[in-house]
Amino acid sequence: MDKTINQKAWFLVLPVFLVVAFSAVLPLMTVVNYSMQDTFGNNQFFWNGVGWFKELLDPSTDLGGRFLASLGRNLFFSAVILAIEVPLGIVVALSMPREGWSVAACLVILALPLLIPWNVVGTIWQIFGRPDIGLLGYVLNHLGFNYNYVSNEVDAWVTVIVMDVWHWTSLVALLCYAGLKSIPDAYYQAAQIDGASRWAVFKAIQLPKMNRVLLIAVLLRFMDSFMIYTEPFVVTGGGPGNSTTFVSIELVKIALGQFDLGKAAALSLVYNLIILIVCWVFYTVMTNAGSERPVKEGAA
Amino acid sequence: MARIDLVDLAQSYNGNDAPLESFALKPVTMTWRQGGAYALLGPSGCGKTTLLNLISGIVTPSRGQILFDGRDITPLSTQKRNIAQVFQFPVIYDTMTVGENLAFPLKNRGIAKAEVDARVRQIAGLLDLTPYLNRKATRLTADAKQKISLGRGLVRSDVAAVLFDEPLTVIDPELKWQLRSKLKALHRELDLTMIYVTHDQTEALTFADTVVVMHDGRVVQSGTPAELFDKPAHTFVGYFIGSPGMNIVPAEVSGHEARIDGHVIGLHRNYGVLPAGKKIEIGVRPEFVDVAAPASGLLSATIERIDDLGRIQFARVRVGNTKLAARVPPGFSVSGDTAGLVFNPAYVHVYADSHLVEGVA
Repeated sequence: MDKTINQKAWFLVLPVFLVVAFSAVLPLMTVVNYSMQDTFGNNQFFWNGVGWFKELLDPSTDLGGRFLASLGRNLFFSAVILAIEVPLGIVVALSMPREGWSVAACLVILALPLLIPWNVVGTIWQIFGRPDIGLLGYVLNHLGFNYNYVSNEVDAWVTVIVMDVWHWTSLVALLCYAGLKSIPDAYYQAAQIDGASRWAVFKAIQLPKMNRVLLIAVLLRFMDSFMIYTEPFVVTGGGPGNSTTFVSIELVKIALGQFDLGKAAALSLVYNLIILIVCWVFYTVMTNAGSERPVKEGAA
Repeated sequence: MARIDLVDLAQSYNGNDAPLESFALKPVTMTWRQGGAYALLGPSGCGKTTLLNLISGIVTPSRGQILFDGRDITPLSTQKRNIAQVFQFPVIYDTMTVGENLAFPLKNRGIAKAEVDARVRQIAGLLDLTPYLNRKATRLTADAKQKISLGRGLVRSDVAAVLFDEPLTVIDPELKWQLRSKLKALHRELDLTMIYVTHDQTEALTFADTVVVMHDGRVVQSGTPAELFDKPAHTFVGYFIGSPGMNIVPAEVSGHEARIDGHVIGLHRNYGVLPAGKKIEIGVRPEFVDVAAPASGLLSATIERIDDLGRIQFARVRVGNTKLAARVPPGFSVSGDTAGLVFNPAYVHVYADSHLVEGVA
């Protein structure tokens, strides 16, 4: 078979190539370049090889210590908000009405937190929680709880977690609701005929049918919470001490506070890699969990 | 297992105060005996699925009562009614194996494991599902899935009735035959009352020993397939059952005679003088009208075309403005475009306002 050779096709690929090059490849390569060097300002750079990466993974150094501690906080944070938001989102979706005007009302109310910009959410909770003028902080302190997110680590954590739950549970609920809406009525009728309890209906019909949307919800919430920056930065500024300093906050401190471009570049590469790996593992496990093992011939 | 009685049962989706004519199911009173194989037959939108959902409790009736063995179960929920239903599209519990799917209705009712296993094995055997028992129920073909749905309907031995809502819609024609005869065999084997909803007359006539024909929210006739064919109680039954359907011709009827366009047709029975003001028609199946060479004394008709069905030929003819179908007797060859019609008087029925009028022998 003779293939027609037509080099004009390159021109069709060119625009995409340019866009991707300038928006993704070149910035990423710049970061890779920085991660191998050190700078003392004045635009002078010195070769450092994989030095920053070695330091990053060694808890005894300053850089490694700060990175690993904030990574631990970040993982803990993601685990906690997933453990709260996913079940809570499912419960909210299950208790939403299935038809009538109240559906629209529920959807609007659920969508509201999602429409608020991150830093505004941070500001709202920063003020809401203040013991002197904030409604939440004032009421709690008057009820006898010694609540102060500026000085108490536990209070700071609780505030950041509650804020994230308030901000993002809606997303999980909306996704689950979409999944629930796609289940045909016949399934519920069949379950009634089969005498299934409420719990059995949830386990045998609703949960399996929500499988796909839950995968998306968990992935989105994991990535978002693992990259969280704005809200805790506005509310606690990473404090008290370093107790709510997440990886992204640490990164900004290093890159813009200390202007250690090499360290920051190495850190952001590792940070990026962790997110990619976790999401890939997660996706693979979740999609394979539902599928069937090959059936052995004659096994039945 | 139970006898099911419907007492003045009616359903309106527009509220109870809506005019009776708008009811999806007009008041019906009838009895389904234990162990019967019934078919509910009628065109789409005639209320047959509504009637089924009323019996299973998915829909609560606007009026009337449903009795199982004389006990009023109208207010009971579906779970408490002890009824099984199979839907048009297969419903499969994805996370369970085929065996667990079949066991689900029994487990939910707290039946002992040994008994569940025995029953599941029996039903799986009857439906040829035994090789799949330990497989996940997803990724099976549509007909295998529908078999699982059927199995879940049949697995409970104590149900008052098993209801089928056009269960073979998704099945390929060839497998349809197999599954239908399977259902018939299962009915004999399991001694369950079965009610089968369909709009396909072949399906209804082959499955059921009693066919209930519905039209516009009413039950117009219930009887054996032979009764429906030989003596339709309503012109709709005559028209809907049989292929081609019954010929319905406006006529004047008195005593032993019917007149069409002034031509006299003899009747087997005496109809005396029929009440005035009603629409009088005669109905006769194409199988009992023969075309013949035109002759005086025969009703003459214009031949429009001949349908050759292989084993039998039907002539489509016209008398005045009325279209009829008539049998072309074997060995008769049509010449020209007019013919005479020979009626078999034993099978000519008289209808007043669409309802059958019984004559006197």
